[in-house]
Amino acid sequence: MTAMTPTPYRVVTRHAETHDTVTLTLEPCDAAIAPVRPGQFTLLYAFGVGEAPISVSGTGPLLDQTVRDVGAVSHALTVAGPGQMIGVRGPLGVGWGIEETTGRDVVLAAGGIGLAPLRSALLYALEHRASYGDITLLVGARTPGDLLYAAEMADWRGRGVRVEVTVDRAHSGWDGQVGLITTLVSHLDAAPDAVAFVCGPEIMMRLTARELLARGIDDVRISLERNMRCGIGWCGHCQLGPWLLCRDGPVVPYRDAAPLLSVREL
Amino acid sequence: MPWILDGLADLHGALRADGYTVIGPTYRDGAIVLAELASADDLPYGWGVTLEPGGYRTRRREDDAAFAHSAGPQSWKPFLHPPRVKLWEGRRTEDGGFSIETEEETPPRYAFLGVRPCDLRAIGVLDHVMIGGAHPDEAYGARRTGAFIIAVNCTEPGETCFCASMGTGPRADTGYDLVLTELIGEGRFLAEVGTGAGAALLDRIPREEADEAVTEGALAEVAAAADRMGREMPEPEGLRDLLAGSLDAARWDDVASRCLTCGNCTMVCPTCFCTTVEDVTDLTGEHAERRQRWDSCFDLDFSHLPGGSVRTSGKSRYRQWLTHKLGTWHDQFGSSGCVGCGRCIVWCPVGIDLTEEVAALREEQEERRD
Ligand SMILES: Cc1cc2nc3c(=O)[nH]c(=O)nc-3n(C[C@H](O)[C@H](O)[C@H](O)COP(=O)(O)OP(=O)(O)OC[C@H]3O[C@@H](n4cnc5c(N)ncnc54)[C@H](O)[C@@H]3O)c2cc1C
Ligand code: SF4
Ligand code: SF4
Ligand code: FES
Repeated sequence: MTAMTPTPYRVVTRHAETHDTVTLTLEPCDAAIAPVRPGQFTLLYAFGVGEAPISVSGTGPLLDQTVRDVGAVSHALTVAGPGQMIGVRGPLGVGWGIEETTGRDVVLAAGGIGLAPLRSALLYALEHRASYGDITLLVGARTPGDLLYAAEMADWRGRGVRVEVTVDRAHSGWDGQVGLITTLVSHLDAAPDAVAFVCGPEIMMRLTARELLARGIDDVRISLERNMRCGIGWCGHCQLGPWLLCRDGPVVPYRDAAPLLSVREL
Repeated sequence: MPWILDGLADLHGALRADGYTVIGPTYRDGAIVLAELASADDLPYGWGVTLEPGGYRTRRREDDAAFAHSAGPQSWKPFLHPPRVKLWEGRRTEDGGFSIETEEETPPRYAFLGVRPCDLRAIGVLDHVMIGGAHPDEAYGARRTGAFIIAVNCTEPGETCFCASMGTGPRADTGYDLVLTELIGEGRFLAEVGTGAGAALLDRIPREEADEAVTEGALAEVAAAADRMGREMPEPEGLRDLLAGSLDAARWDDVASRCLTCGNCTMVCPTCFCTTVEDVTDLTGEHAERRQRWDSCFDLDFSHLPGGSVRTSGKSRYRQWLTHKLGTWHDQFGSSGCVGCGRCIVWCPVGIDLTEEVAALREEQEERRD
């Protein structure tokens, strides 16, 4: 057993979110990994294929992990059915830090699969509802068919979350908003001491964070993606400037990330 | 107290008697390589080297010095952090799952004979990366703690050396069990003790007390070597800030027009630690393995993401390497990633010299300020 050895887990349920994305719920075969904080991730291993870093999108002792099929490993994970064994290493990285932001409004802004790591923060805040102020979830998706957790959104609204959704392209029958997520931010009603968590494509995070700063919200945290071969500070692949993102991230303050993200190919 | 050893045969013999695999410099195929020394006779007596950007040649010396040859193509890195290791093996189980086994390999017990001060510091830098964090690499740790280290102070810096300006040589400060200073032309060595294990080993071999004059003379030779370095890193204290402030420098385009992105510099560097993992299966699909191997930030796939690599241009890859080595290494691991051994200059096929690149970046920064 070393830090590179996966812990065996088994798929309990497989829920298809969209045409290319599924949420797996995993339970340990024997020993479990240490408790996961919202925003942390694991490396999921598909036997013989390889590992991919995937955020934990729930809060329970069972691991909810939402995977989008984009390549060999993620494909093998998305087709894993109940009973199938998956290797898990983690929990890895620093999370959103939502445990420490009690008493404040919470804004969560997601683009595409970026909603996966935000769901854990949202569920955490709902489990400790009295400890937080207003909770706003802003979601951007390519089309209505690409929306993750669509079935859960009514429940979140029912528990006092302001959920706003926008899509890039709508089909007939969509009566929601169409356009950029930044438009949602510009209508935001949150106290300046709110904490904002943002995850999505890098360009979406930069535009969203800028808009949040313009609205007077200073504490903006983003979750970054880089190649990760080890997750534990060994391989050097996840560097961005001063950071090893598997160790010092993936969640970082936007303020510190902004000058790095503005340099091409850093 | 310093001692004088007449040759190294007894020292080598004592290490072998203690079960160590003795690794040290030896002449092989036109280079001074690090390999197992069957006896002290395998040391490269009488060999020196001529170093230049993109060039390495061995040459016959007038004397029979054992350690007067500067850093060679290898460092000690491959022994502590091997280029390829198997991390684990997995097997399909009857119930459709899999089981994973890690082999408990007995770590080799190395004695490193002739670790130059730059390379000694490099081992310290590597230790910090490999076993200084929250997830220590235990296999590295086992190889490392088992190693007996005999450093050798440097009296023969090369054309591409700049350890003095990086503060890592020419005299070894800490991190050794024993440190030798070669009394060139005499076949004798001054030996100083670094640890209890070093003292115990010396106790068992024939030696003489070194008188003060001999000790002072030998150490004066070492101190004088600081002035014979072929290169100097300009203003090393300011490197972290210089690199952090040079991300948009025009110099990167200039160096990119010369750099072949071959990655040689990362392979020969004694502190470059990056690896990748490979997952493989046999034809039946019943048996899987994960292997770790050295990787290089010059490789296009190094920054692979599903949407395409982050660093596609050669410019961005050279910038990543130099910025990490001299700048962000401080942020990540609390020291410089460069010890001034000069290997990357020698083994670069086009002779790119990082001290020159730094000087150019500094000049550009000053121009921008004015
Ligand atoms: C911290 C973090 C959290 C994440 N959380 C999530 C999440 O919750 N959900 C989610 O879906 N995704 C998440 N991701 C993204 C996810 O890790 C990637 O989508 C995943 O690694 C893709 O792996 P893959 O093998 O499926 O695709 P890739 O390996 O990227 O494959 C893409 C294509 O490139 C090829 N390829 C593979 N490796 C290489 C290489 N080295 N060089 C060249 N080509 C190559 C493949 O053959 C394939 O055709 C997260 C990433 C990070 C860093
Ligand atoms: S960067 Fe070059 S000079 Fe510095 S330690 Fe590495 S190989 Fe030696
Ligand atoms: S600097 Fe030289 S050795 Fe390094 S990648 Fe470029 S050409 Fe190769
Ligand atoms: S993923 Fe290997 S060092 Fe971060």
